[in-house]
Amino acid sequence: MMKRFLLALAFVLPSAAFAAGPSVPVDKANYDLKDNASLQRGAQIFMNYCMGCHNAQYQRYQRTFEDIGIPLDLGEELLQFTGDGVGSHMISAIDQEASGEWFGLTPPDLTMVARVRGADWLYTFFRSFYVDESRPFGVNNEIFENVGMPWALEELQGTPRKTWERRMLDGSMQDVYVGIKSDGNGRLSPEEFDQAMLDLTNFLVYIGEPVILERQRLGMFVIGFLIVLLILTILLKKEYWRDIK
Amino acid sequence: MKGLMDWIDQRIPFSNSMKLHVTQYPAPKNFNFWYLMGSLALVVLVNQIVTGIWLTMSYNPSAEGAFASVEYIMRDVEYGWLLRYMHSTGASFFFLVVYLHMFRGLMYGSYQKPRELLWLFGMLIFLVLMAEAFMGYMLPWGQMSYWGAQVIISLFGAIPYVGDALTTWIRGDYVISGATLNRFFALHVIALPLVLVILVFLHLIALHEVGSNNPDGIDIKKPKGSVAEEDKAKFEFHERYAKKYDIVDAIPFHPYYTVKDLVGLAGFLILFAIVIFYLPTMGGYFLEPPNFEAADPMRTPAHIAPVWYFTPFYAILRAVPIKLLGVILMFAAIVLLFLMPWIDRGKVRSIRYRSGLHKANLTQFVISFVILGYLGVMPAEGIYTLMAQIFTFLYFAFFAFLWFYSKNEKTKPLPERLTK
Amino acid sequence: MSNAPVDKGRRRFLTVATSVVGAAGAVGAAVPFIASWNPSAKARIAGAPVEVKIDKVEPGQLIRAEWRGQPIWIVRRTETMLDSLNATDSRVRDPESNVQQQPAYAQNQHRSIRPEWFIAVGICTHLGCSPQFISRSFIEAEGVEAGFFCPCHGSRFDIAGRVFQAVPAPTNLVIPPHYFVDDVTVIVGEEEGAA
Repeated sequence: MMKRFLLALAFVLPSAAFAAGPSVPVDKANYDLKDNASLQRGAQIFMNYCMGCHNAQYQRYQRTFEDIGIPLDLGEELLQFTGDGVGSHMISAIDQEASGEWFGLTPPDLTMVARVRGADWLYTFFRSFYVDESRPFGVNNEIFENVGMPWALEELQGTPRKTWERRMLDGSMQDVYVGIKSDGNGRLSPEEFDQAMLDLTNFLVYIGEPVILERQRLGMFVIGFLIVLLILTILLKKEYWRDIK
Repeated sequence: MKGLMDWIDQRIPFSNSMKLHVTQYPAPKNFNFWYLMGSLALVVLVNQIVTGIWLTMSYNPSAEGAFASVEYIMRDVEYGWLLRYMHSTGASFFFLVVYLHMFRGLMYGSYQKPRELLWLFGMLIFLVLMAEAFMGYMLPWGQMSYWGAQVIISLFGAIPYVGDALTTWIRGDYVISGATLNRFFALHVIALPLVLVILVFLHLIALHEVGSNNPDGIDIKKPKGSVAEEDKAKFEFHERYAKKYDIVDAIPFHPYYTVKDLVGLAGFLILFAIVIFYLPTMGGYFLEPPNFEAADPMRTPAHIAPVWYFTPFYAILRAVPIKLLGVILMFAAIVLLFLMPWIDRGKVRSIRYRSGLHKANLTQFVISFVILGYLGVMPAEGIYTLMAQIFTFLYFAFFAFLWFYSKNEKTKPLPERLTK
Repeated sequence: MSNAPVDKGRRRFLTVATSVVGAAGAVGAAVPFIASWNPSAKARIAGAPVEVKIDKVEPGQLIRAEWRGQPIWIVRRTETMLDSLNATDSRVRDPESNVQQQPAYAQNQHRSIRPEWFIAVGICTHLGCSPQFISRSFIEAEGVEAGFFCPCHGSRFDIAGRVFQAVPAPTNLVIPPHYFVDDVTVIVGEEEGAA
């Protein structure tokens, strides 16, 4: 309850993040860090697809598996594609230098991408790729113009295209932009894909700051204790100040 | 116990110092909320020093390792995240309480005679604190650390003739590099904290020599023999004060202000804990989002804004389109604060008894300062630049107006004794 | 000053209560500072059990592995070496290994799971130097062929890591937890079935 209030308070202030260039409308990502199943699905997508090129080099597999409830041996066997032990950092099997030459830039590290961009931006970003044959990788992104990566999740989403529909508008038939639609050749339905992207966002928020839940839990105790201390000091002060008119 | 105390007192003046500065130190009885900030600043200083020492135990001051070592602290070190957030939040809270403390001084004329040196030591603390915070912000070696340092160090390039050579010398390289990081680390963790502690010590010595001001801005130490016996404060004060003066409306610092400061401390710690545990980045104000990306000398973030406590001065810097003038104005904005004891030619200290003009002037100064702070985080374009120019003008106008009207200001009569 | 009498009892109670709660807070605040000195995740992972292949070790040879930054000795003992333990029984300080310097399964004369294989932490129990493995010339010193000699302060141990009498080291060498996965693989740093 208090957490909600504080978060709301933080948003009353103009966010410094918004000051960063032209703001784009983003969809709200209703992620839930307590939902281990969602985090596990997110981890699966991240490690199977994203980590094909990107690192999360500040986070360890072991910490991740322990925090989101994946048995270590299972995680090491199914999700870790490098053989350097479950205690190692989450580094892609791909040679970063070589991929840098291939893509024109080194794929950025994603450990803290959620802290840099924000969860809403990420959730929107994943759902804003569309086919654009003029780009080197054949795709572009609505909120990240000229994005320099191929669309790695086409296998899940299907081929996303910008779609117009003919509609009656002001008495004449016009083509109206209705957003990005998959052509349906992916493994997931649009609803399933949105959920999968929410899971992925959830996971990225988690690896961005793995201590969030612990810090919020500890905060309750500390603040509770301080309130007791405050009450005592107020009583003590009042008691002593009775000496003074 | 008594024996031990005697043994110590024969060797250092412990008991006497405690009486002189704590248990028999006369403090005005009417301190209000604003008088809590000094002790809180001291608490934050201790917090910064202790958490800072602990952070250096795991931090790696090198261009190659700094960013990763901060994440190592956040992830691998037990409670490292807490130590780091205590330190980063402490930096912002330090400025918060120091700004409130300075505002208190302006409001009640605490810089006026005989407290000029006290004010100057305070301003020096503020200056060193800014250098300390600036160098500290570089250490995580994120994008904002790097490019913020780049911009601020480039300011010195505006100095005619020696500018370029000076910036290269400060950096120790042609760009910000590991050499810069290493020297800033050394200054941040030992040199400047040492200077800060010494200045705080001097600040306190100056305070206890002249005694605290108070919200009424009148003296509690009256000339010897001028006060009737029944009007004197009914407490025992150290003979060093009691022999020289008749003391009225005063209470011993301990226990009365120690217990009051404890209330302030507990309340402060609650706010501090709320930020540490629930809002450690404060929506991007205390820790800026781009700083979670490792420094990249090849790529500037889209928008560079300093941390909030520098933004008023940053807005002044950007308000004028001429580089050198901007730099001069920014430094002038701080230098003028140093000169407050001489700019204000008034004889009445507290705003309670000063003219409506002064109240209006101080109010517009505070509003201008806050708006400049807001403008400092916004992009420097269009309406924002115009506003920055207007409020920069008002910021400086505060000092100019003050100098003129304070000479023959129409003030209210001062009370004989402290009011509530 | 008011003339109301001071309630001494209430004042004392509040002072004590605030002090006690404040002291508890100080202790609580110290916890993160103290805990941060524990081995970090990095150190703990670096200190994870190590797997050592022993198929290439010749009889009478010592190989070294690293576990928690310490040297781990793995010696393939010959029959002669094992026989020498009978000779040293009477001359070592703790022949039965009563001091807990080893897991229970290594509390025997040869101080190991399999007599042939001696696995120990190669750190002298005196002041932490790493002793030398002497496979032949030990004979002059103690009447046996092989053992360990610490160059720092002259402590000597037999080929089961048992400390001789009248040397500075107080106890036998430490045997780390370990187990054999199969005939050619040993895991050091973990009991069998622990993970």
